[in-house]
Amino acid sequence: MKHLLASASLIALLALGACGEEKKEEAQQAAPAANTTATTEAAPAAAPAATETAAAPAAAEIKQGGSMIVTFKDDLPTLDPAIGYDWKNWSVIKSVFDGLLDYKPGTTEIEPDLAESFETSADGLTYTFKLRQGVKFHNGREMKAADVKYSLERMINPATQSPGAGYYGGIKGFADFQSGAAKDLAGVTTPDDYTVKLELTAPDATTLHLLALNFSFVVPKEEVEKAGADFGKKPVGTGAFKVSEWTSGQKIVLDRNADYYKKGLPHLDKITFEIGQEPVVALLRLQKGEIDIAGDGIPPAKFTEIMNDPASKDLVITADQLHTSYVAMNVTMKPFDNVAVRQAVNMAINKDRIVKLINDRGVVANQPLPPAMPGYDKDYKGYAYDVEGAKAKLKEAGLEAGFETDLYVMNTDPQPRIAQAIQQDLAAIGIKANLKNLDMGTVIAAGGKKDGAPMIWSGGMAWIADFPDPSNFYTVILGCGGAVEGGWNWSWYCNEALDKRMGEANAMTDPAKAAERATAWGKIFTDLMADAPWAPVFNEKAYVVHSKRVQGPNGVFADPIHIPVNYDEVYATDVK
Amino acid sequence: MAGYLLRRIFQAFLTLIGVSLITFLILFMLPADPARQVAGRTASAEQVEQVRHQLGLDLPLWQQYGRYLGKLTTGDLGRSYVQRSQVSDLVTSRLPATLWLMATAILFELLIGLTIGAVAAFKRNSLLDQSIMIGAFVFVSAPQFLLGYTLLYVFAVWLGWFPIGGYGSLSQVVLPALTLGLLGGGWYARMMRSSVIEVLRQDFVRTARAKGLSRLRVIFVHIVPNAILPIIAMVGIDIGIFMSGIVVVESVFGWPGIGQLTWQAIQQIDIPIIMGVTLVSACAIVLGNLLADLAAPLIDPRIRLK
Repeated sequence: MKHLLASASLIALLALGACGEEKKEEAQQAAPAANTTATTEAAPAAAPAATETAAAPAAAEIKQGGSMIVTFKDDLPTLDPAIGYDWKNWSVIKSVFDGLLDYKPGTTEIEPDLAESFETSADGLTYTFKLRQGVKFHNGREMKAADVKYSLERMINPATQSPGAGYYGGIKGFADFQSGAAKDLAGVTTPDDYTVKLELTAPDATTLHLLALNFSFVVPKEEVEKAGADFGKKPVGTGAFKVSEWTSGQKIVLDRNADYYKKGLPHLDKITFEIGQEPVVALLRLQKGEIDIAGDGIPPAKFTEIMNDPASKDLVITADQLHTSYVAMNVTMKPFDNVAVRQAVNMAINKDRIVKLINDRGVVANQPLPPAMPGYDKDYKGYAYDVEGAKAKLKEAGLEAGFETDLYVMNTDPQPRIAQAIQQDLAAIGIKANLKNLDMGTVIAAGGKKDGAPMIWSGGMAWIADFPDPSNFYTVILGCGGAVEGGWNWSWYCNEALDKRMGEANAMTDPAKAAERATAWGKIFTDLMADAPWAPVFNEKAYVVHSKRVQGPNGVFADPIHIPVNYDEVYATDVK
Repeated sequence: MAGYLLRRIFQAFLTLIGVSLITFLILFMLPADPARQVAGRTASAEQVEQVRHQLGLDLPLWQQYGRYLGKLTTGDLGRSYVQRSQVSDLVTSRLPATLWLMATAILFELLIGLTIGAVAAFKRNSLLDQSIMIGAFVFVSAPQFLLGYTLLYVFAVWLGWFPIGGYGSLSQVVLPALTLGLLGGGWYARMMRSSVIEVLRQDFVRTARAKGLSRLRVIFVHIVPNAILPIIAMVGIDIGIFMSGIVVVESVFGWPGIGQLTWQAIQQIDIPIIMGVTLVSACAIVLGNLLADLAAPLIDPRIRLK
């Protein structure tokens, strides 16, 4: 998952009145922000189902030109596609670089990008990509097959320290290349300048997603070598925008790439990212019309006010995210090694109350997969809130007198308050959970130790899918592979039968079987819930606010892949 | 004098070594694993170990520290784990903004503090004096983010006199510098008040008055300069106090200095940046104190350096 850092802990304490006076009819109400609460992190992946979208004019009305200003509190750490793994730089990288494949704007559907077309062999082991001809890097040189091979090798090379390299372990020759035993990556070959052949060690249905993922994006060797480790600050790609200015901590300016291979894109001539603005301040500036997108979203302290303000609420777009917050129970520690205890916890938590606690910025979850993910089983009922049933389960485990345990939680608002609600719910069935409010690093370290943490509330650190495939919710956080020292499977749940079914589902590479595969995956997660290693609590939603001046076709402000927006598709309405 | 200077520089050097050692130890004890952080969630155990080796984190602690010091002598503060840029580049690109903010803040705090402190002293024990002293106490005690947000809200959002945060123009420095300046001004007001009261008791003031000099002349030629002198030396110590303040104030106003860099690094547990900024700040504090001590005898001949 992309690193999430809750930013606005200070501000959450502050009830600042808002009084952004607009000259026109949009007089803002001066109302002190209520003591509202909500999770602060924004999302790297959101679902296509936007519940509200701004009215978009017909394509004919979109004029080329204009600019917009986007604010972020923190600097973008890097724009190196092999390294950037943060929800903010994720979509900027997508506008500066391209991969072989991409997602259709506003959807999770794969489409060719730098590859014009591709073929899959019958055994699912070989993919052949035909490259688009005449695509140029921002430095003017044409992108060719050798660049694709170079980019994949560079990302996998341990010297690059790419946080995404682990995803590509299925490519033939991966281990030899990583260990240095082989000089090049045997699984990627270039029969000619415009053909790339990819060979795998086992069929894997997620391969196409991996080639649409930022880590595999194509970079020009000469620019990487020139910039060295600073390539992330001097990025050169083939994308719709090029980086023309970067002042650390102040601003990043993107200019339109006039040679972009997609005709008519991008719409804007220029995007300026202003760095260092607190989310509350950014929102005030947005209301005054000084900026176009408040990149960090709506801070908790302003949420109710914005949503109740007639002038602002039409500019807020809500999107489901590929995200689940859960309580992980360590199945190797007593008494959570008893499935009845884990089920009791599932039944004891009043999830509706917790969703209210975060101002309804989410929906109640009953399974690990979020509703927007293929494979989500909408007929699955899960464990309903049932205090008596939970007590009965504890009795079944021989623990009707209750027990004492520790609940680990990250110490940034609103997580401790959510954990307190869980603590009260557990107390009602006799479980005395001591809260361990700690910083994120300590909680993650405790979860990665076998006897480190009996219970963890995942909020603030929870999983958000890197790509829209159900496997991304299993391998690292619920599979045997993640149940290792320093791993991310905080339940330490390892079910070899399910791991085997995961392998089978991932081997279903035939696109015609996509629906069957999704169902198979859905079943893995609902069967897993019988063992109840998690108590899923809610799926968080993303909120994006933009000015009236900038618009986009339906869906780009709630794009499942681009947060806060698909920069290529936005246009300004004031272009003459 | 030369001996004094040498001794002080040696002490400063020891202080910096101590700071670096303590910071290094504290950051080492953090439970977060930088190798795992860099390698990412999808990394296998071998990949994590590879990264650990590359970063030199598999070495014993004393060797890691030795390496760090060795690089430090060449001005190399290492590379950020998150941004992957040279920490020295990040710090130097942010330093001008911080120095500019600090200079303006010192100007503000002196203007505010010395003026109201002197006024309070001349009107000693009056209602005005008491109000000023209570006001100074409030500003000294106010949390910086609260004062910052209040100024931002009133003067930038509500009245629209200043831009809402940002960096570049002269008007943008006013509110963040005023936030720092009001806090520091509170201290200076209290010091200036006692200093002026002290001077007022001196014989030369009585003599000046007895000579029939005008009231303004007595105040501006005889009292104020003598009262200010001992306070000026305090400015050096201020640098240290500001170093903590800028982390908050720069974050509130979106000021792209090292305070903001630090805040971001702390949230991301970006150890090389935290380490680098701590050292740079320690240097500034040590230097500030040294300058304050060296300036003292120049200002007040009664002080001698030994």
